[in-house]
Amino acid sequence: MLGYDLDSDRRGFLKCMAWAGTGALFAFGAGVPTSIGLDSALAATPRRTGVRPFTFVQLSDSHIGFNKPPNADARATFREAIAKVKALPQQPDFIIHTGDVSQLSRDDEFDDAEQMLKATGLPVFFVPGEHDMLDLDGGKAFLNRFGKGTKGAGWYSFDHRGVHFIALVNVADLKPGGMGNLGAEQLKWLKADLSGRPSSTPIVVFAHIPLWTVYAEWGWGTDDAAEALRLLERFGSVTVLNGHIHQITQKVEGRIAFHTARSTAFPQPAPGTAPSPGPLKVPPEQLHGMLGITDALFVRGHDRIALIDSTLSA
Amino acid sequence: MTRPFKMLTFQAATLVTSALMMSTVAAMTKAASAPPPDVVHIGNFTFNQSALTVHPGTTVTWVNDDDIPHTVVSKDGVFKSKVLDTGERFSFTFAKAGQFAYFCSIHPHMTAQVIVKA
Repeated sequence: MLGYDLDSDRRGFLKCMAWAGTGALFAFGAGVPTSIGLDSALAATPRRTGVRPFTFVQLSDSHIGFNKPPNADARATFREAIAKVKALPQQPDFIIHTGDVSQLSRDDEFDDAEQMLKATGLPVFFVPGEHDMLDLDGGKAFLNRFGKGTKGAGWYSFDHRGVHFIALVNVADLKPGGMGNLGAEQLKWLKADLSGRPSSTPIVVFAHIPLWTVYAEWGWGTDDAAEALRLLERFGSVTVLNGHIHQITQKVEGRIAFHTARSTAFPQPAPGTAPSPGPLKVPPEQLHGMLGITDALFVRGHDRIALIDSTLSA
Repeated sequence: MTRPFKMLTFQAATLVTSALMMSTVAAMTKAASAPPPDVVHIGNFTFNQSALTVHPGTTVTWVNDDDIPHTVVSKDGVFKSKVLDTGERFSFTFAKAGQFAYFCSIHPHMTAQVIVKA
């Protein structure tokens, strides 16, 4: 394995990203989607920005407690995902979990997730999925445990090395026949949170359900996301990280890049390829290739964020 | 036996027989019609009866046959199940007539209704 220092060797860093192997390298910046050819990345001129390089990891849809085909033990595969995080050559500064931490919002499920994540020794930032809102108090169990200091149904923001991170909750108060929902109070908070920030601030937004419509028929979208996206439009680099659909898909709209992550528990079918969006019952030898983690990297001299998805079979 | 007596006996026998036949036919009709109308099965993210019609006083039971948990939540706050894992069930007795739209609060694109009329 190449030794490298992110802070001083961009060329070495990019070589390490090639080592990621089964990972997919996506870079977003200035509205340019798709994978970077490493040659062109190495040839590109670095620009001076205020972001000091760092990495973080996105985990999603661990569904602790799930125990049916294709995965008899979601705890075991979550443990494997965490081992992968611990094995990353450049340790991330923190983990973002984009929700559906538990299967049924049970105490033992939340407990086990929390214990397993502690093994990384890293701070973890959560947003709930709809499976995390199933306690009798409609989501308070999750909030008490993972949402201290958050507002409303669990939204918040924080800054890290010049990047502004925004956690949104779109799984509370869902309306019959609807999809994900942010709600007026949260949108009002978002407007206030963004106001006054320089447009050159790189923004990362994370929420459980995709903030663009992947497939309305299965509820894979957020009804009132348009207003949120309008507020984010003016910023030079916005990356939206979601989960919920248990597969990777992405889209770029102007300077906003959207990316969904794999689950660590079970895959789901591609839109419209099955009668319903439930667990995709793949044979055991295929399961690990459809579960995974996402490593997110800010490169020195660029305000772009590179996302490397890798599977549990790597 | 006297003739009037024979007549009476014959008439009584006919009445009893036809009564028996009618109740048998009624029973057969009941058995041959759709399965008990007061159970809704949940599978493949769908309530298998999108518009169930029942009489007031009927208890409706929902059974989750899916491999994913679901809930049964009335749109107007009339009834609300806890989360139903695979195999779990929820029942509600509809005392009053009316139209009761409901959905799964976890997967809100799943909607259906119960129509209660006398």
